[in-house]
Amino acid sequence: MSGPNSEYDPVQVTPLDEEHVNAMREEALAAIAAATDLEALKRVRAEHAGDRSPIALANREIGALPPQARKDAGQRVGQARGLINQALAQRQAELEIEAEARMLVEETVDVTLPWDRATQGARHPITTLSERIADVFVAMGWEVAEGPLVEAEWLNFDALNLGPDHPARTMQDTFWADPPEDHLVLRTHTSPVQARTMLTREPPIYVVCPGRVFRTDEYDATHSPMFHQVEGLVIDEGISMAHLKGTLDHFAESIFGPGIDTRFRPSYFPFTEPSAEVDLRCFVCRGLSPAVDDCRTCKGEGWIEWGGCGVVNPRVLTACGVDSDRYTGFAFGMGIDRTLMFRHGVADMRDMFEGDVRFSTAFGSEL
Amino acid sequence: MKAPVSWIREYADLPVDVSTEDLAARLTALGLKLEALERPGHDITGPLVIGRVLTMEPEPQKNGKTINWCTVDVGDANGTGEPQGIVCGAHNFAVGDLVVVVLPGGVLPGNFEISARKTYGHLSAGMICSTKELGLGEDHAGILVLPADAGEPGDDVFDLLDLRDEVIEFEINPDRAYALSLRGVAREAALAYDVAFHDPAERKTPAPNDEGHPVVVDDPEGCPVFVARTVSGFDPTAPTPDWMARRLLLSGQRSISLAVDVTNYVMLELGRPIHGYDADKLSGPIRVRRAAEGERLTTLDGTDRALSTEDLVVTDDSGIIGLGGVMGGEKTEMSETTTRVLIEAAHWDAASMFRTGRRHRLTSEAGKRNERGVDPTICEAAADRVAELLAEHGGGTVDPGVTVVGQAPTPRTITIPIDLPARVTGMNIASDTTITNLRAVGCEVDPAADTLTATVPMWRPDLHDPFDLVEEVARIVGYEDVPSVLPSAPSGRGLTPAQAMRRRVGRTLAGEGYVEVLSFPFVGEADFDRLGLEAGDTRRTALRLANPLSTEEPLMTTTLLPGLLRTVARNVSRGAADLALFEASPVTFPHPGEAAPILPVDRRPTDDEWTALNRALPDQPLHLAFSLSGDRDRAGWWGNGRPAGWSDVIETARRVAATLGLELTVRSASVAPWHPGRCAELLVGETSVGHAGELHPTVCRAFGVPARTSVAELDLETLLQRAETTPTAPAFSTYPVAKEDVALVVAEDLPAEALAATLREGAGPLCESVRLFDVYTGAQTGEGRKSLAFALRFRAPDRTLTEKETATARAAAVALAEQRHGAQQRS
Ligand SMILES: [Zn+2]
Repeated sequence: MSGPNSEYDPVQVTPLDEEHVNAMREEALAAIAAATDLEALKRVRAEHAGDRSPIALANREIGALPPQARKDAGQRVGQARGLINQALAQRQAELEIEAEARMLVEETVDVTLPWDRATQGARHPITTLSERIADVFVAMGWEVAEGPLVEAEWLNFDALNLGPDHPARTMQDTFWADPPEDHLVLRTHTSPVQARTMLTREPPIYVVCPGRVFRTDEYDATHSPMFHQVEGLVIDEGISMAHLKGTLDHFAESIFGPGIDTRFRPSYFPFTEPSAEVDLRCFVCRGLSPAVDDCRTCKGEGWIEWGGCGVVNPRVLTACGVDSDRYTGFAFGMGIDRTLMFRHGVADMRDMFEGDVRFSTAFGSEL
Repeated sequence: MKAPVSWIREYADLPVDVSTEDLAARLTALGLKLEALERPGHDITGPLVIGRVLTMEPEPQKNGKTINWCTVDVGDANGTGEPQGIVCGAHNFAVGDLVVVVLPGGVLPGNFEISARKTYGHLSAGMICSTKELGLGEDHAGILVLPADAGEPGDDVFDLLDLRDEVIEFEINPDRAYALSLRGVAREAALAYDVAFHDPAERKTPAPNDEGHPVVVDDPEGCPVFVARTVSGFDPTAPTPDWMARRLLLSGQRSISLAVDVTNYVMLELGRPIHGYDADKLSGPIRVRRAAEGERLTTLDGTDRALSTEDLVVTDDSGIIGLGGVMGGEKTEMSETTTRVLIEAAHWDAASMFRTGRRHRLTSEAGKRNERGVDPTICEAAADRVAELLAEHGGGTVDPGVTVVGQAPTPRTITIPIDLPARVTGMNIASDTTITNLRAVGCEVDPAADTLTATVPMWRPDLHDPFDLVEEVARIVGYEDVPSVLPSAPSGRGLTPAQAMRRRVGRTLAGEGYVEVLSFPFVGEADFDRLGLEAGDTRRTALRLANPLSTEEPLMTTTLLPGLLRTVARNVSRGAADLALFEASPVTFPHPGEAAPILPVDRRPTDDEWTALNRALPDQPLHLAFSLSGDRDRAGWWGNGRPAGWSDVIETARRVAATLGLELTVRSASVAPWHPGRCAELLVGETSVGHAGELHPTVCRAFGVPARTSVAELDLETLLQRAETTPTAPAFSTYPVAKEDVALVVAEDLPAEALAATLREGAGPLCESVRLFDVYTGAQTGEGRKSLAFALRFRAPDRTLTEKETATARAAAVALAEQRHGAQQRS
C-alpha cells in the first residue's frame, strides 16, 4: 500500500466513492442476513468484516486521500462498518437463540426411564411411631425417660408392688438371667423406668418412656417374645384419675385424630390403684352404629383395647422414696406394636421383627 | 370363670327383663370383665316334649344293627293326640319310660332339622333324644330317660331340663378372687342392679364337737382353719343329679362321679375348695404340718414329688396323704368303692399356696382360688353343704361329729379421709356416696368427722389399703364419670441431646439408603463361632438366660451382627439382592458374679443399696450396626453398577460421625468377623468406637449372606457421648484458592492416611486441605511401591498467595514426605 500522496486524485480511488461503499455495505448486509447458522455467520464475518474484507481494505486507503477528502470518506466507511457490525451482532444473537432452541429439542430424553440407582432407605415404623408418640408428650412439657433392658428383679417387680408371691408375677412370663439368684430379668414392661425415674428425679415428674420389653411368649402372628410399650408417669401434687383421662384423651386425639377419645374399665395392676383398662374409640368407624357392625378395625365393638392405666399405688411411691402424703400420680402403658398393627393394618406381628426391607420401606420415613 | 345366668339369678333378685348382654356389660363396668357369652340350647327349637314309650318292637336289620320301632304318647303335642311312630337305634330305655321327643319341625343343635321320613320300612315322625343330641352332656351315649315324676306326655321340656341357658365367661383379675364363685358373681350382679342378694354361704351349721375325726394343726399360720365332716353309708355308684351335672358342664367342668362332682359344685357355688378323702383309708388323726427334708408324695395326678420344707402337707399315721390346699395324694383318694367320705374344708395361707403351686408346677381350680385368697369364715358352711349334698344324692348319712380346728382371723379395718375417693378420682363423689358404696361391697362403715373406718368383709382379702377402698367406691360410681382434665406439666427441656441425635443418626442412615431392622437379642455360642470370635474374645462373655425360648439361643447378644446377618440372609432368601440394613439396639455385657439385691419396699433404697443394684446390671451400651450386600449403585440403563464394598461402610461410618459433629480416624485392623486385610478400626480421638470393612468369606458362608458383604458395628453410646453439640462457627478466608497436585511413590503398605497427614503437616498453616484423588500401582511405580496423588489447596486468611508462597509450601510438604516415608515425587 502506498503512503499519503498529496497528488492523489480522489476520482481515481474508486473503493472509497459513495457508490462503491454502499455496494460493499449492501453486499455484507445481504450475506449476514443469508447466514443460516453460527458457522456460516463466522465465515461471513471474516469475509465482510475481517481484516481482509473489502471494506477493511478500503478503510486503509483513507489515509492516502487528500486531507479534505479524508473526512468524507472516513465518515462514509465508518458508517458502513458500523451498520455491518451491528447486523453481525444482531444476527449472532438470533442464531444463538435458534441454536440453543435446536439443542434443547435435540437433547430431549425419556424422563420415564427408571431411576433406581440407589437403594431406598427407611427407618422402622416402630421407631418412628415411638418418636411420634414421644413428641406428643414432649410438646406438653414432658420428658423422655429411659432404662436398661436387662433390669434388676427388684425394679421390675418388687418396687412395683409385685412381691415375690404376688399372683400377678406369674401373669408375666419372665425371662430370667442365669443364675436366677443374680436377680436379673429382661424387663417385662417399661414400668421399671417409672421406678428409676422416681428414684432419680424430684417431683413434679412428667415422663414418657417408649421402649422394648420381653416376655416368654411363643412367636406367632399375634405374639412376640420382644415387643414395645410406651409408658407414661406423672407425679405431682393433686393429681387424680381425671388428669389421667385428660392425658389419654389428648394422646388418642393426637395420634388418631380429632374426636377420638378413650374410656376406662376397672381392672387390676399391682402398681396402680385404682386401675383401669383403656379402650380407644375406634378411629375408623368412630364407634357410631350401625356402621360399626362391619368395622374390621374394632370388629364391630366400636372400641379398641389399648392399654392399662391407673393411679400410682402409694406402695410404689413409698418404695421409690416419694412422699405419698404429698404427691399422687398416674401411670399408663400401651403396646406400640399393637398400636402400629391396628393403626396401619399390620396383619402379622412377625413382619415387624423379620426385617424384610419391603415392610419398613412401605412406611416412609416418618409416621 | 363361667357363670350360668340361671345360677346367678338364684342368688341375686335380678329383674326378669334384664338381658344377659346388659348384665355382662354392667359386671364388666364393675370390674368383672366379659370374656365371652355362650347361649347353650338357644339353637334348639321345638316342638320338644315329654313322651311316654307305649310300644317298642326290636327289628334286626341286614347290616347287623337292631332298631326299635316305637310308638310314643306325646299327648296333644302332635295335634292329633294319636301315638307317634318313631324309629330309634338306642336300647337303654323300656316301655313305660318317659323320654324326650322332638317332633317334625323341631331343630336340634348343629342346625339338625327334624322331619318325618321313611327309614327302615317305617315312617319315623320325630326322634327320641339322647343327652348329647340335646347338648346336655358330652359322653352319654344312650337315650335320656326322665324320672317317672318329670311330667305328663306332651309337656314342654325346655324349662324342665333347663335346656336353654346363658353363660357369661369372665376374666377375673387376681384381686377379685371372690368372683371365682357364683356367690361372688351374684353378689356383684345384685350390686349392679341394686337388688337383694341371698348369700348361699349363709346357712345354719351344727356346732363343733369332739366326736368328729381328730385333726391336729401344727402350723396354724399355714392353715388357720381346718373343718372335717364325715358322710357314711354313701353309695359310690349313685349318679350325679342332672341339674348338678348340667351346671358343672355349663361352668366348664366335666361330671366325674357324685362325690367329686359335689366338691366341685360347692367350690363353684361358694368359692371354697373342698377335699374329699376315702375315710376308710385314713389311719389315725389328720395332721397338718410343713414337709420335712427329703419327704415325697405321689399326688392324685400320679406324679411322685420331692417336697420342700415350705410345702404344707396333710398326714395321717401312714404318712403324708396330701399337699394341703393344692392336691391330694393317691393313698386316700376317693374311688368307686368309697362309702365313707371325709370332707376337708380348710383355709390355707395364700402365699404358701402360691409358692407350692409354682414349685411343683401345679395349677388347679382349687389352687387358683387358694393362692388368690378365699373367705376364711365359710369353711364350716362349705363342709356342711357338701355333707348335705352327698347325703341327699348318695343316700348316706352325715355323721354327728363336727371337727373345727382354729378360727378365722378378725376382719381388717381401714381408715381413710372421707374425701379420698373424690380427690384420687377427680370425680364429684359426696361423702354419702362413699359410705353407701362401701357398704354395698360389704364393708361395715363407721364415719367420723373427716374420716371413715371401714371393716372389710372377709371375702375381700384384697382390700388392704386406703386406695383399695377408693377403687371400690369409684367402680360403683362408674369410671365413665371420670372427667377429662389435661394436667399442665412444668415446662420441660425437650429431648436430651443424645435422644435427639439418635434420631438424627437414624435419619442419616435412612437417607443413605439403609433400612432399619429390629432383631431379637437372642443368640447362641454357635453364632459366636460363625462370627469366628476367638476363645478369649470379650464378645463371648454373654449374659445367659435361665429360661430361653430356644436352647439354641440362650444368650443375650454382645454384638448386633448375628441378628443383622440373619436378616440379610432372610431378605436374600426372599429374593432381595442389593441390601443396605441397619440396626441401633443395646447389647449386653454382663458383670458375672454380681447379684442384684432384693431391696426392701417399705422405704426408699439407700444410696449404697441403689449403687449396688445398678452395679450388678450388665453394661448395655447402644450399638449401631449396618451392612451392605450386592450393589451400592445398581446397574441400569445408565451403565454399570458398583458393588458395595469395605470402603462404603467406612464412608457410612464417617457420615454417621459427621452427623454427630465428629471426625473418625481410620486405622487398619484385623478383627473377627472381618476380612483380615479389609478391616478398619474407627476411632474418635484415641477412643476406639468400632470396626468396619468387608466380612471374612468364612463368615459370609456361615451366615449364608452374599460374598463380600460389608458390615460395621459402632459403639453408638460412646459416639453420642462424644458428639459435638455446640460446634464453634468456622472462620474462613474469601481470598482466592491456590491449587497444587502432588503425586508420590511410596511403599505399598504405607497407609494413605499417614501420608496425607504428613503432607498436611509439611505444607504448614497455609494448606487448607489435602485430598487423595488417585491410587496407582504398576510397572512405573516399581515392585512393592504405589503412587498416591493428592490435590492440595492453599489459602491465606488475609491476602492472595503469591505463586512463590504456594510453591514453597508444596515443596515443604513433599520434603517432609520424602524424609519421613522415603516418598519419591512422580512427575
Ligand atoms: Zn370400628
